[in-house]
Amino acid sequence: MDREHRLRIKTLFMVLLMVVCANLGDLMLKRGMLQIGAVQISLPGVWHALLSTIHNGTIWLGILFLIGFTLCYMTAVSWADYSYVMPAGAFGYAVQTALAVVILHEAVNAQRWVGVVLIVAGVLLVGQTHPSTTETKAVTP
Amino acid sequence: MIKVGLMLVFFICCSTGGEIAMTHGMKQVGEPASFRPMALIRFIGKAVRNGWVWSAIPLLAASFYSLLILLSWAPLSVVIPASAFNYVVGTFGAKYLLKEQVSVKRWMGVVMVCIGVTLVLLTGQN
Repeated sequence: MDREHRLRIKTLFMVLLMVVCANLGDLMLKRGMLQIGAVQISLPGVWHALLSTIHNGTIWLGILFLIGFTLCYMTAVSWADYSYVMPAGAFGYAVQTALAVVILHEAVNAQRWVGVVLIVAGVLLVGQTHPSTTETKAVTP
Repeated sequence: MIKVGLMLVFFICCSTGGEIAMTHGMKQVGEPASFRPMALIRFIGKAVRNGWVWSAIPLLAASFYSLLILLSWAPLSVVIPASAFNYVVGTFGAKYLLKEQVSVKRWMGVVMVCIGVTLVLLTGQN
C-alpha cells in the first residue's frame, strides 16, 4: 500500500471517529440536560444547573466524547490538510439523517435528502483529492 | 441589521481563525509516531505546550458564544447559511494562510458540502 493511500485511509478513519464522538457527545449532553430539566434564568437557577451538571454522569460521558472528538480532530489535522478534514467532517449530518430514519423512524423531507446527497457527493469529491499538500511531515517521537 | 452583519463577520473570523490556528499548531506538533498510550501521551503533551493550539482555544470559544448571540438576534434562515459559509472561508484560509493546494475538485466538494449543510440544517427548523 503506498504512502498516500495509507494516509487517505487513516484520515478517513479518524474523520469517522470524529463524527461518531461528536454525535455521541451531543446525544449524551442532550440526555443529561433532559435529566436535569429546564434551566431557570436567575442566579440561583443557573447555580443549581451548574451543580446538577457537575453531579450528572451522563453529562461527564458527553464531555468525554467531546474531548475524544477534539483529540481526533487534532490528530487528523496533524497529518492531513485542514481543507480536507473540515468538509469531510460534515459527513456527520448525513449520518444523523440516516440514524433518524433507521432508528427513530422519522420522516425526512425531500429538501433534507437533497442536502444529504450534496454532502455525500461533496465529501466523496474532497476525499478523492490529495489528503496532504503541505510540506509539514513532523512526527512526535 | 448592521450589528447582525458585524457579529456574523466576527463569528466567521473567530471560527475560521481558531481552526486555522489549531491546524497550524498541530502541523508544528507533528503526527503521533504510533497509537500506543505512551506515544499518544507524548503527542498530547507536545500539543498542550504549543502556543498556536492555545491561541485557537479563545477564538473557538468566542465563535461559539457569538453563534449563541447571533441565534438570539437573527432568524435561523440567516444564521445557518452564514455558519455553513465557514466551509468556503475556511478553504480560502487554508489556501492563503496555510498554503494548502486546493484543487478545483476540492473547491467543488467544499461548495457542495456548504449548500448541503445549509439545506439539511434549514430543514430542522421547519
